[in-house]
Amino acid sequence: MTMPSPNDNTKRLLFKKMLLIRHFEQKIAELYPEQEIRTPVHLCVGQEAVAAGVCAHLRPADLIFSTHRNHGHCLAKGMSVKKMLAEFYGKESGCCGGKGGSMHPCAPEHGILGTSAIVGGGIPMAVGAAWAEQMRNGDNIAVAFFGDGATEEGTFHESLNFAALKNIPVVFICENNLYATASPIRHRQPAAGSIAAKAKGYGLPGELINGNDVIEVYQRVGEAVERARRGQGPTLIEAETFRWFAHVGPVDDTETGHRSADELARWKNKCPIRRMRDHLTIENILKSEDEKNWSIEFDINFAGALTFAKESVPPTKELLTTHVFA
Amino acid sequence: MPWTTPSINISYASKNSKGIRELSYREAICEAQRQLMSTDSRIFLMGEGIDDAGGVFGTTLGLADEFGCERVVDTPIAENGMTGVAIGAAINGMRPVFIHMRPDFVIISLDQLLNHAAKWFYMSGGQVSVPLTIRCVIGRGWGSAAQHSQNIQGLLTHLPGIKVLMPATAQDAKGLLIAAARDPNPVVILEHRWLFDKTGHVPEELYETPVGRANICRYGSDVTIVATSIMVHEAMLAAEVLAADGYDPEIIDLRSIKPWDENCIAASVQKTGRLVVADTGHQYGGVAAEIAARITELCFSALKTPVRRITLPEAPVPAAASLENIYFPGQLEIIAAVKDVSGG
Ligand SMILES: Cc1ncc(C[n+]2csc(CCOP(=O)(O)OP(=O)(O)O)c2C)c(N)n1
Ligand SMILES: [Mg+2]
Repeated sequence: MTMPSPNDNTKRLLFKKMLLIRHFEQKIAELYPEQEIRTPVHLCVGQEAVAAGVCAHLRPADLIFSTHRNHGHCLAKGMSVKKMLAEFYGKESGCCGGKGGSMHPCAPEHGILGTSAIVGGGIPMAVGAAWAEQMRNGDNIAVAFFGDGATEEGTFHESLNFAALKNIPVVFICENNLYATASPIRHRQPAAGSIAAKAKGYGLPGELINGNDVIEVYQRVGEAVERARRGQGPTLIEAETFRWFAHVGPVDDTETGHRSADELARWKNKCPIRRMRDHLTIENILKSEDEKNWSIEFDINFAGALTFAKESVPPTKELLTTHVFA
Repeated sequence: MPWTTPSINISYASKNSKGIRELSYREAICEAQRQLMSTDSRIFLMGEGIDDAGGVFGTTLGLADEFGCERVVDTPIAENGMTGVAIGAAINGMRPVFIHMRPDFVIISLDQLLNHAAKWFYMSGGQVSVPLTIRCVIGRGWGSAAQHSQNIQGLLTHLPGIKVLMPATAQDAKGLLIAAARDPNPVVILEHRWLFDKTGHVPEELYETPVGRANICRYGSDVTIVATSIMVHEAMLAAEVLAADGYDPEIIDLRSIKPWDENCIAASVQKTGRLVVADTGHQYGGVAAEIAARITELCFSALKTPVRRITLPEAPVPAAASLENIYFPGQLEIIAAVKDVSGG
């Protein structure tokens, strides 16, 4: 069953969500040189369509399990900019009380039960969380976000097998950005292979989609989410995309590794935001002042969050050994 | 010999001696690998992104160009499986050196390391040994937090069958890596990233720092400080302050965590009657616990005060700078412990 194209309002919301993520990441990139954000940041500029398109289908009680590159997923799932920023600034008011930093956001109220920065670490946890929903006969689902690199870990394969075996309501979203740190996928996986096709052997649907086309992401993931909710089991989706910054930090890595300036330029041409803007403009869905108004809204919201983050107090000594056990 | 003379920020040999240059810890590791691969065709390097521009914090720079991608192998992100692959190659005549950028990733490979490599020789009745070297860079800071800056020497040493080394100097970074690569057993080397820029006088030749031998880096009379990795440098800094206050600590760089040089430490404690152990790891069941227990068994009557341990707090690594700054002990804790065991 193919999901119909999103209506105009949904399209606007998808676009706005992508803009929000890009705005946030660009602000982090600008602020990072101040050296007050003392935690590694893995920026997702260029990959916004996946986070926006997937999370548009999720309810607050649906669960997501992300990775080191989690900012976009968390924002799309509704996490507060304030709490994320405060966490990046190492403050007690942050989403993990300052204990997690940028790699481990947690917001149970938004369906984020913590985040692993161990590659492949979150995938089986998504399966287990969805299994719990199944055992309780609930209709919430879980989504596992992970990169192409994570599909090389055993946890990925073990998770697919078990999810298919038990018909678990989980959607596996692989953001294939063609690199893991500086290693190109061709160094790590056979050229004749395919991530999406791995699903077949485990007996679940596997689909390759354009991760830079938010409408395609929305439609194809929507079908997978509906299948999971209806009790028809898991799906693996491989969304092809590209990150614009280096693996970690707001830097350009095209002069220093396997990624060439050409390759990056080609992908910038396929910018998911520009693509959607063009579409909305042609379809006459975007009002001329929309983008400007949203940008003002984001600026105001971010500025407030930044003040909050900077002015919050850092966790004090006594907190060092709290939370080791519940 | 480089391993017999105090060598922390002090030259053990005149700079004019033949073949001894000042090299950084990072360069010493790189040189060891280059020389090992040039002289032994069985040796090869493998690991995630080891041929990247960064070259594992500079320790593999140039090696992929020199030896090709068949001997400097960028691997999939699959630590446990690839460790098994390395074991397979090792038991069939090769000498792999598997490199990890963080100890936390070694934890994923513990099944192959501990259930397989550590006991293969024993289970086979001494027929098949596993000459595998694991290099692992430990680091800390900048909010790397709970999954990117753990200390795992205590974990690795608990089960029999794995050797664990922690070089604190450039000389030993080279000498211990060479010893590990020639060892017929699985050996894990934990290299501290904060030491990578420290220089020392490193012989040009291929030499081994013997596994199981500690290094006395400061002779003293009234307290023994046994330290691992970066804590050796913290202890040397502490010694300057302590000496000014009239204390005379003897400082021992453990270097080899398992097996460890209990004779050297026992002899020192027989002389000083006091022991402070400063490890980069956790306390419970850890390296400092083992040394404290064993030295108490060996030197009970010589000890004037209970052994003191300086270790990480009983908590995972926090991200916030305010907590990270107090999480890692250093010279101040060592100074306080020495004064404490010395009764003032
Ligand atoms: C188990 C494990 N091994 C290695 C690392 C170091 N590391 C962090 S991110 C990363 C690359 C991950 O690539 P991918 O899954 O494609 O995600 P991307 O960064 O491209 O979003 C690596 C190797 C890690 N965090 N965990
Ligand atoms: Mg990737």
